[in-house]
Amino acid sequence: MRPAIFSVCSDPSTLPQWQWFACYLTTGKHLAFYGSFGVVLLLLAITAPAALLFGFGAAASARSHFAPLSWLGKLYIAIVRGVPDIAFFLFFVIALDQGFEWLRHEIKCPDWDQPIRQGNDFVVCPAAKLPLGTAPQWVHETYGFFLAVLTFAIVFGAFAGNVLYGAMRAVPRPQIETAEAYGMSHRQAFWRILVPQMWVYALPGLSNLWMVLIKATPLLFLLGVEDIVYWARELGGSKTARFTDYPHGDWRMWYFLVLLVFYLVFTRLSEMVLTRIMRRLSHGQATAAGEAQRRSAGGPP
Amino acid sequence: MKHLILGTALLALTAGMGAAQTVRLGTEGAYPPYNFIDDNGQVAGFERVLGDELCKRAELTCEWVTNDWDSIIPNLVSGNYDAIIAGMSITDERKQVVDFSENYTPPSPSAYMAKSADADIENGVIAAQTGTIQAAHIASTGATLLEFPSPDETVAAVQSDEADAVLADKDYLIPVVEESGGALVFVGDDLPLGGGIGMAFRKSDPELRGKFDAAIKSMKADGSLNNLIIEYLGEDSPHF
Repeated sequence: MRPAIFSVCSDPSTLPQWQWFACYLTTGKHLAFYGSFGVVLLLLAITAPAALLFGFGAAASARSHFAPLSWLGKLYIAIVRGVPDIAFFLFFVIALDQGFEWLRHEIKCPDWDQPIRQGNDFVVCPAAKLPLGTAPQWVHETYGFFLAVLTFAIVFGAFAGNVLYGAMRAVPRPQIETAEAYGMSHRQAFWRILVPQMWVYALPGLSNLWMVLIKATPLLFLLGVEDIVYWARELGGSKTARFTDYPHGDWRMWYFLVLLVFYLVFTRLSEMVLTRIMRRLSHGQATAAGEAQRRSAGGPP
Repeated sequence: MKHLILGTALLALTAGMGAAQTVRLGTEGAYPPYNFIDDNGQVAGFERVLGDELCKRAELTCEWVTNDWDSIIPNLVSGNYDAIIAGMSITDERKQVVDFSENYTPPSPSAYMAKSADADIENGVIAAQTGTIQAAHIASTGATLLEFPSPDETVAAVQSDEADAVLADKDYLIPVVEESGGALVFVGDDLPLGGGIGMAFRKSDPELRGKFDAAIKSMKADGSLNNLIIEYLGEDSPHF
């Protein structure tokens, strides 16, 4: 057994209450719980820009003049938006993982003679396993994490794609016409006129998505990543003295209360940041908010 | 016995040839005394000790992986780990998807637990974990089945009066009843469900299953499995 952080923790049942809690809250299990907050924040930090990128690609291709590309973008948005998240998360990650392994299998083991599908089983050659069967557990966990990031990015990318597609169409048409009148090509008008102006229309929708993404992180455990909800459930469940040095009743309420506070503080902070971004983006725009800013700054009516 | 020793020796030899093979063992980590997460965040319990010993006998390097019960079989067949050792009863339904090792506990009884001995287990609301033999049993009776993703939540449902009783492996419920100080009691007779607990393997992986089968046989033969059962599951739990 690993020594506890405080030496007094060797026999918790004899301790006064505050020390008992000091020991209880610093068990290896609790440290893993605290670490999982970092995992969730890291997931959000990577997923949000990745999803935005997916969304931007989807929106840009959906309004492409090249029909197949446009269909592809619209198909992606329609399919992902239509499939329930939970089905997507249960099915898609396994499919994605198998897809990767199948590709590696085709490349690395060309002379493998057994079928890949054997009944329910999915069998590739050992060299094609991802990560390799011999890899340490942290590699598996990191791989699982990035699979989760990719899945989240694909799902939220579709929603972001729809928001951005709408935002691109919301930019007043005369803006583009003016650009074209100045002799800009399609591409130039898109990058120099449309993209800078669309954000102000996209932000309300994107901020909604960000909030939903924050709340969707508990789906992580479906993907095998031990997130804060997993640990809260695990730590809060009642424990009998036979299996722990710190027996307690059903404390899930308190743990979930901590999660509630975490999520509320986090969404509140997000709201504050998003409001500031919105104010900055509205500056100089021909929208109601931009107009209000101009007037309050003393501009002519 | 002689064949057994010979077999084990042969096995040890072949295992040595494919050295450095890491076998990943999938478990739930929420089902004491079979498997649970200890204070240090490590997998512990009956199956942890058993699994480590089996790996030692089969000369395999083993690594523990926790996975949600709901997706424990899909993740096995898609190759995320190589075996399930998670208090999984051997049933015909599961045998269609995975192959089981020899059972490492005899068929052990399931039991109803409730707040009072006169709880209505025939027509009441009974809690059970999703996808277990107990859930399947309740569905076949007149009672209303209330499913939960983890075993802990089924007990909590009884405590909060959400369910009239819970049906689970008796080995899981015994510590709960003992620690409750009389607040929770067993109701009715024990039910013999399932064909004992075994490890589950991919159907395409008979080689690995063979290694563990041999190790389980050798533990049955020298009595160490019985000792483990008595130590972790209690004197009353059936053993070999």
